[in-house]
Amino acid sequence: MPAVQETIDRVRSIDVDQYKYGFITDIESDKAPKGLNEDIIRFISAKKGEPEWMLEWRLEAYRRWLTMTEPTWARVEYPKIDFNDIYYYSAPKSAPGPKSLDEVDPELLATYEKLGIPLREQEILAGVEPKNRVAVDAVFDSVSVVTTFKEELKKAGVIFCSISEALREHPELVRKYLGSVVPVTDNYYATLNSAVFTDGSFVYVPEGVRCPMELSTYFRINEKNTGQFERTLIIAEKGAYVSYLEGCTAPQRDENQLHAAVVELVALDDAEIKYSTVQNWFPGDKEGKGGIYNFVTKRGDCRGKNSKISWTQVETGSAITWKYPSCILRGDNSRGEFYSIAVSNGYQQIDSGTKMIHLGKNTSSRIISKGISAGKSQNTYRGLVSAHRKASNARNFTQCDSLLIGQDCGAHTVPYIESKNATAVFEHEATTSKISDDQMFYCQQRGLSDEEAVALIVNGFVKDVIQQLPMEFAVEAQKLISISLEGSVG
Amino acid sequence: MLEIKNLHARIAEDGTEILRGIDLVVKPGEVHAIMGPNGSGKSTLSYILAGKDDYEVTEGDIVYNGQSLLELAPDERAAAGVFLAFQYPIEIPGVATMTFLKTALNAQRKARGEEELSTPEFMKRVKDKAGELQITMDMLKRPLNVGFSGGEKKRAEILQMALLQPTLCVLDETDSGLDIDALKVVSDGVNRLRGPDRSFVVITHYQRLLDHIVPDVVHVLSKGRIVKTGGPDLALELEKNGYADFIDAAA
Repeated sequence: MPAVQETIDRVRSIDVDQYKYGFITDIESDKAPKGLNEDIIRFISAKKGEPEWMLEWRLEAYRRWLTMTEPTWARVEYPKIDFNDIYYYSAPKSAPGPKSLDEVDPELLATYEKLGIPLREQEILAGVEPKNRVAVDAVFDSVSVVTTFKEELKKAGVIFCSISEALREHPELVRKYLGSVVPVTDNYYATLNSAVFTDGSFVYVPEGVRCPMELSTYFRINEKNTGQFERTLIIAEKGAYVSYLEGCTAPQRDENQLHAAVVELVALDDAEIKYSTVQNWFPGDKEGKGGIYNFVTKRGDCRGKNSKISWTQVETGSAITWKYPSCILRGDNSRGEFYSIAVSNGYQQIDSGTKMIHLGKNTSSRIISKGISAGKSQNTYRGLVSAHRKASNARNFTQCDSLLIGQDCGAHTVPYIESKNATAVFEHEATTSKISDDQMFYCQQRGLSDEEAVALIVNGFVKDVIQQLPMEFAVEAQKLISISLEGSVG
Repeated sequence: MLEIKNLHARIAEDGTEILRGIDLVVKPGEVHAIMGPNGSGKSTLSYILAGKDDYEVTEGDIVYNGQSLLELAPDERAAAGVFLAFQYPIEIPGVATMTFLKTALNAQRKARGEEELSTPEFMKRVKDKAGELQITMDMLKRPLNVGFSGGEKKRAEILQMALLQPTLCVLDETDSGLDIDALKVVSDGVNRLRGPDRSFVVITHYQRLLDHIVPDVVHVLSKGRIVKTGGPDLALELEKNGYADFIDAAA
């Protein structure tokens, strides 16, 4: 059975989800029919009111995509995806949300509770219809928060909007940078995304501006149903700084099994971009069925001198994760960083890592990867560090640690190191360890339960990366990791 | 009160019998020393008291304050007041000693239905106890037992004991790996905890620890049985003559 069909059938069998995600609703006029062809792409482009060049760009990507084959080199296994069995466009709000929290999956609510998410936010996350939301004081009123937020950004000259809006309001900026980091032809999923992406974020920070606040997708209104093909573009002009937070620690379910996002970052001279992700998509049920496939292309271009791009990610969800946030260190003295925590449990499969491509002189990069495997999961770190001929004095430090919990999981490390410049210095350290019975017994003897003991040991293991996250994210991420590993021992 | 009744136990994995009928009663406020040659079952006894699942109890019972410990998981035993000071304390990388102490203390309080301790109150308690054991703030910030010297590890064990306030303290060869000065600091720490409501089982190979922690009763363990029980003088006798007499007696 094709994977998509399997998910749909499964979700249908659960009452709550059936209601929540509205599989049964009749096809509305705002929904393109299943399948992919040039007409669908024209439909998407027209719906979004895009300029002609954008449509051409999409069509070119689609024609290219038809000639490509799905990559098979990653250490992941999944049933063949039927790309003609997917809806590529459906207008937001085509499915009604639950009327109140009483109608939301109690399991989902229990997890929100554990994460300590306020009631008001729970409603937003669970997609409760706005008119039915509990009225609370102004502090938690998301509308006023968003408004204040937008005004402050405007004052600073920062553009932060959906990419559709950017295409209408700032087409020249989008045209200049879109596809300049991840070319249309880059890889199978990125090419597909280029053809059919429906929405995503756009950020532009002008020269010399330090973005006055952390930008979070949470604050981007109209975010409902951004769909499975998200496109994000962030540009930091000379001397600019921006920190961007993507995702949410709360569990997210989605009727779309296949997700293929593209994120492009451009940092010009002396600019810095910090991009943090917490990914907690539905990982599948206890038998490993139905989880999200996450095939993401994320790349940052340190285009200017002394520029810096830093990726921090906490990956706990998705059935399959295929993701390599990378840095092209083009500008002299530029710096790339990658901090990652990848947690897999149940039947999850993760093949993730980074690429640090040193092109400019005196470029440096740092990779800290912490993989935690439990249950029957497989967790692979795959990373490339390369120095090109002109990259004199390139420096890299890589530390890759794996932690195994239980007997049936796997951890794999696949580093690729290429140096074409004799002055480059690359260091690679890797460890694999298990939570030992002795450690567990020691913690239990001091009064910790099985789960408290695992959480404590794991938090110690990931400490180096957690410290890189913005403060408010760090605490949530720690809790999230503990929750993801619940039931992994005993 | 701790009552060990006709305790038989073996290694779970291969069935090797280690304890062959131990009877022992430790009343509140008493300090019992258990001495014996290598392989007599001393450490096994300490692990079984704490509930390590590498061992299987085949016969007998361990009753603590009227309740059988055998029915409790290790963390439940800890919450009931059982503490084991390990011979080889385990390293927990990345977890600051301070964090570990707080997590353990609050886990036990939660299990007993008590409120979590506030951070200032917790800090105050730690600082007081740490000072007495010559443990610096710097050491408390380091990951638990990682890179600690032998002496630091044992002092950290006693600090945990002082903070958790157990009612039954089992010390497994706490003197091993300690020089004379460290031995004194550790013994003083233990002696400060002695009181009418707290019992101690002190497992040791050598008599020297008992110069500092003076026991009420001394037992000699050999081949999984207690073969001789006496007062503090028994330890001195052993120091002089060795274990040979008792091993022969048991054979």
